[in-house]
Amino acid sequence: MSDTHAESVAFVRTEPVPSAPPPFQATGPVKWIRENLFANVPNTILTLVALYAIYVVLSAILPWIVNGIWNTDSLAECREILQGATGACFSVLTERWHQLLFGFTYPSELYWRPTLAFVLLFFAAAPVLFFDLPRKLLIFTALYPFIAYYLIWGGTIWVPIFALLGFAGGYLTYARFVTQSFAKGFFGGIAAAFLIWTLAGYITPLLAAENPAMAAVPSRDMGGFMLNMMLGVICVSLSLPIGIALALGRQSSMPLIKLVCVVFIEFVRGVPLITLLFVASVVLAYFFPPEASIDLILRVIIMITMFSSAYIAEVIRGGLAALPKGQYEAADSLGLDYPQAMRLIILPQALKISIPGIVNVAVGLFKDTTLVSVISMFDLVGMIRGPILASTEWNGVYWELFMFAALLFFVVCYGISQYSQWLERRLATDHR
Amino acid sequence: MKKSVFFGALTVAGIAATAAAAGTLDDVKARGKLNCGVTTGLAGFAAPDANGEWKGFDVDVCRAVAAAVLGDPTAVEFVPTTGKTRFTALASGEIDLLARNTTWTFSRDVDLKFDFVGVNYYDGQGFMVPKALGVSSAKELDGATVCIQTGTTTELNLADFFRANNISYEPVPIETNAEAQQQYLAGACDVYTTDASGLAATRATFEDPSAHALLPEIISKEPLGPLVRHGDNDWGDVARWTLNALIAAEEYGITSANIAELAQGTNNPEVNRILGTEGTLGEMLGLSADWANNAISAGGNYGEIFARNIGESTPIGLARGLNAQWTNGGLLYSPPFR
Repeated sequence: MSDTHAESVAFVRTEPVPSAPPPFQATGPVKWIRENLFANVPNTILTLVALYAIYVVLSAILPWIVNGIWNTDSLAECREILQGATGACFSVLTERWHQLLFGFTYPSELYWRPTLAFVLLFFAAAPVLFFDLPRKLLIFTALYPFIAYYLIWGGTIWVPIFALLGFAGGYLTYARFVTQSFAKGFFGGIAAAFLIWTLAGYITPLLAAENPAMAAVPSRDMGGFMLNMMLGVICVSLSLPIGIALALGRQSSMPLIKLVCVVFIEFVRGVPLITLLFVASVVLAYFFPPEASIDLILRVIIMITMFSSAYIAEVIRGGLAALPKGQYEAADSLGLDYPQAMRLIILPQALKISIPGIVNVAVGLFKDTTLVSVISMFDLVGMIRGPILASTEWNGVYWELFMFAALLFFVVCYGISQYSQWLERRLATDHR
Repeated sequence: MKKSVFFGALTVAGIAATAAAAGTLDDVKARGKLNCGVTTGLAGFAAPDANGEWKGFDVDVCRAVAAAVLGDPTAVEFVPTTGKTRFTALASGEIDLLARNTTWTFSRDVDLKFDFVGVNYYDGQGFMVPKALGVSSAKELDGATVCIQTGTTTELNLADFFRANNISYEPVPIETNAEAQQQYLAGACDVYTTDASGLAATRATFEDPSAHALLPEIISKEPLGPLVRHGDNDWGDVARWTLNALIAAEEYGITSANIAELAQGTNNPEVNRILGTEGTLGEMLGLSADWANNAISAGGNYGEIFARNIGESTPIGLARGLNAQWTNGGLLYSPPFR
């Protein structure tokens, strides 16, 4: 067709016009802003209000942080330097950071010991948390509690060694007798462990050197964020197995075991944690003679562990109840006995369902460790509320200290929550 | 004992209830350390410094007692106690002496079975107002809003005072001193009321302390003093006379600077008896002859302790007031050493 008119027209385009670039408003960031922030009138109003709110918040906070003073010796000096301008007095952190992290009586030349224990914690926790790692690393995990105890408390090395031997002896006895009967193995193991510990109680004082290589640090000297971490890690890791046992016990068909578990769980859950802590610190002091009383930290650990294991038991019971009855019946029809059925069929599924709940309890528990400041233990919050705010230099510094505490707790809790989300994705074997 | 604590705990062995039959004095000597209960932190009275050393007015009482009994002012194990745990800590024997700005009241002395060994600070409830308010007396506070800590005796004292003067007020209840500070500075209340020493310490932390005034009225009696368990009179005597020695030392001009010289012997028989160069006072207490010498050397006499921790040259800036010697119109009056 075009051929016929080829001579009659002056110019014929042989290729299409290149498409013009889209209008400036319909591309790139401008488009995004128009579509998402200023799409219509209410949207525009909300955007402007939000921008103003952000401006107000930042204009209050940014100068405060940027003008922050890091190198004075007291709040009064900070104020002198600032001359009425807005600005934080972060000097309290630079001067007292070691007290916030380790408490005020932990000997400063020994700070490397809890720090090392903290670093090793990651190596010990890794094989438990990430099961793609070689299983042999679990040996270190098993040894870690004793290494950490030795590092943090120091003293004679025989204490952790005998404690370890007790567990080893208990396990060997269990392994020897469990083939005959579970109860025989279980109680035999416990008896063997206690026998070794009792004997060790008499032997250790004889073996202990006058000046141990690692200077002993009494529990009273522990404090700061170290104390929160210790209580959090120990209590969470102890309360998981106890919680599982309680949850299974509550479902047991044996009336006595069921009754004990139900009473324990309901009692502990019905009592506020703070009252348990008061019992640990105040009431128990009446029952023991002053010289033979159990270490305060140990009392607190027992109480917090009791508390959280009751909660974890209920979370896991929820997981157990969520499993279809067919799973139990399938395990029975395969001829598995109770421990096998639980270990291979029921618990792996129930625990997977319970992960969000368990993490919830763990995070809550970790933050609840700050309650020990009420029974005059100097954890992070106790250090802030007590000694630091009471010192004449720093009385009146609130925001800086509590923001620092919040930051430390946020980092840990956010880490736990991210891990649990990874774990759920990793364990998602159901067909979606 | 400590080494086996771990096992003791695990095995619940070694918890045989051995009744603490011996007197506290013997216990302390055998232990080589004084367990002294202090507050978890109150500016000027007891707080650890950046190096973890306890410092303060109450702390120095502990150190003086430790020096008197053991000859070493550092032989003290400070046990921090809160307002809630202090009495059980003392009653259960966890601590030997409680020096924690505790008000001497009838019920604590009689009903809770403690013995107050004396008064180391005469406190009382006072009022703080911004100078801009233009008030010079608490009686002019008609209709004022008052920040007050709930559940304390100060609440009751306040109600009594305003009723007795036939004026009205509006309470703003708050939980802690820190909260009160913020509320008061934010203008949520016209007046803040608590113990006068606390008011002074609080005011010292303000950006502009001179803009706030403490009113002259003191509306309650708060004698603060160290206390021991009821029934162990030997130990109570040691604590009582150590405190008296500090007070008497100021009266007789014994200071940490001249005590070495005075301990050589003086013309004043009372000073000689205190410092142990004459008489057998130390022996009567079951202590060494130089017990008071050690106690005073630990941190100086009462006046020096006061000036160093809470006196007018410190940020707390408390005047002696009622806590001056009786010769200067105060209430400090030590019974004679003879």
